[in-house]
Amino acid sequence: MKNYNVYAARLTPSAENFSPGHRACVGCGETLAVRLACKAIGNNVIISNATGCMEIVSTPLPSTAWRVPWIHTLFENTAAVASGVDSALKALARKGKIPDRGTKVVAMGGDGATFDIGLQALSGAMERGHDFLYLCWDNEAYMNTGIQRSSATPFGAHTTTSPSGKKSYGQHNQKKNMPAIAVAHNIPYVATASPSYPFDMMAKVKKGMEMPGPAYIQVLSVCPTGWRTQVDQSVIMGRLAVETGVFPLYEVVNGKYRITHEVEKLRPVQDYLKPQGRFRHLTPDAISQIQEKVKEDYAALKEKAA
Amino acid sequence: MGKKIGIEVSMAISEAAKLADVDVVAAYPITPQTHIVEELARMVADGDLDAEYIPVESEHSAMSACLGSSAAGARTFTATAGQGLELMHEVLYVASAMRLPIVMAVANRALSAPLNVWGDQSDMMAVRDTGWIQMICENGQEALDSTLIAFRVAEHPEVLLPVMVHCDGFYLTHVVEPIEMLEKANVTKFLPPFKYPLPLDADKPVTMGAFAPPVIYSETRKAQEVNLRKSKAIITQVWDEFHKVFGRKYRAVEKYKMDGAKTALLTLGSFGETAMTAVDNLQAAGQNVGLLKLRLWRPFPFEELKAAVKGVENLIVVDRCLSTGGPGGPAYSEIRSALYGEPNQPRIFGYIGGLGGRDVMVSEFENIIRQVETKVKTGAAQEFELFGVRG
Repeated sequence: MKNYNVYAARLTPSAENFSPGHRACVGCGETLAVRLACKAIGNNVIISNATGCMEIVSTPLPSTAWRVPWIHTLFENTAAVASGVDSALKALARKGKIPDRGTKVVAMGGDGATFDIGLQALSGAMERGHDFLYLCWDNEAYMNTGIQRSSATPFGAHTTTSPSGKKSYGQHNQKKNMPAIAVAHNIPYVATASPSYPFDMMAKVKKGMEMPGPAYIQVLSVCPTGWRTQVDQSVIMGRLAVETGVFPLYEVVNGKYRITHEVEKLRPVQDYLKPQGRFRHLTPDAISQIQEKVKEDYAALKEKAA
Repeated sequence: MGKKIGIEVSMAISEAAKLADVDVVAAYPITPQTHIVEELARMVADGDLDAEYIPVESEHSAMSACLGSSAAGARTFTATAGQGLELMHEVLYVASAMRLPIVMAVANRALSAPLNVWGDQSDMMAVRDTGWIQMICENGQEALDSTLIAFRVAEHPEVLLPVMVHCDGFYLTHVVEPIEMLEKANVTKFLPPFKYPLPLDADKPVTMGAFAPPVIYSETRKAQEVNLRKSKAIITQVWDEFHKVFGRKYRAVEKYKMDGAKTALLTLGSFGETAMTAVDNLQAAGQNVGLLKLRLWRPFPFEELKAAVKGVENLIVVDRCLSTGGPGGPAYSEIRSALYGEPNQPRIFGYIGGLGGRDVMVSEFENIIRQVETKVKTGAAQEFELFGVRG
């Protein structure tokens, strides 16, 4: 089992459907996630992409980084666009206008497009039971517009609209529990993932693709630009998020929780917070507050998965 | 000849969508559009129409789902009104710029506040610049015919643009009219199957909706402008084809008793029916008046309008919308601009009424014409005014 990951890499397709030549920042965790997800998704897909980093770095007219059918329209509507594609494929196949090849629809957006402005459209598409996989690239703020806070920004993080200052310690509230909101829609599959655990992530994407009905996967996407981390540390930062319990990896199949990467003993959150410029103003007091909350949340998750 | 029956106009619009064999309907309920989408939902539930009905959670998502559906190559229909059209606003621009031939019926309604669900054309005027082809219906027959025509125009390979079919809320949508229905065999002759040239297809990957930096954005806008203007000739051609198959002829600017008319009313939508009676009455009393009806709002029919007002000395544009703090009625403003500098340009007067569903009677159109005649005699300024309003 120890060597499984060495072997698993050989099973991963070498074809790149998200091709080199995009314009993402150096060390972007999100592009790594998209690249790996595309390997798991394969070619029989239509992707609907929300406005955001991924759309901007991949499609400056007239060039494109996508080798699969891909559509971008607006910021808050990507799940609704995916609904339309799904219904069109169903109707056209039923009426014999196109061959029924079981093409899957994938919608993707950042945390702003998912947690905030696109939440209603996503909720509607999940509730209606469209056959689609939603991938949320969660880099915990509006990075494309220059690091503004979203409801995915963690407590205490400095962003340009939740700045730390003489009277503020940065983001005041806790990160919204978006996977729980997805679970509350009673959809068949919800998961969290990280490109720092590539095989776990690709397996989840595959599962989400194969599961009929809506699936939601939230991928922690390390953003050196917004998090103020070293550009060569993105994979390590993703691992620290999991090892400290800040971003646990789990999946929820038909309402049943399972932690997919158990952490025996959580590392102190300090290990994750310290390398990040967005947390450097935090007092020991604030850090212990964060530590307590992480412990509490992790225990609650373990309880659910028990 | 199709069978003439008494039918609510909303039902006739749904019937047109059914005859077009739409693949996908995505809609959100809003008064006074509801009867249209309720009927389509019923047709799907009863198996009368083989389509996917997406009961979306907002109009923003309705139009967004239409984008996805149309891009995947499905014939796509929706309907909305007033606030719903406003909520769709940003999505409308995307539909036209991405050349997605969606057809949408709009039950024209006032905009809040105060909340008002009744007939008004403020919603239509607010989406003037969204790049859609926009047709305006005067009666139920036109609503049925224009909805079918809209699919033929939208999907024409040289057009590929979305089309709005405007029908005054309640005045049209909720009345039962005698309407000659369309026979399926003729519809099949008139409307070929939809074949989108480059749909989203896993076998032939395309990228749709790339962003345009300053170096190319202007060119994309120009391409859209050229294409929308060019569509007018094709719209006229489709009207001719419709005439051949169904026997009813439509034009961008419709003339009613205009022979030798020195004073002419110009209306949009259901006002036309009432104004015709006013013209009949005044002509019977020996007055030299006629009526022009604008059927095509975008692309704007400049040449047709100029030809139609030849010999007219006084043109009275009646709007069902107020451009607050601006030049008065939007149609009035555009028509003044369109005719500016023309040789023998008529005097142009603007009147605004019927806002938020207020009835406009035959007598009011007659009064307006009398008022204009007085204004001409006294040399009063050619300004706009709201009529039938207190205070």
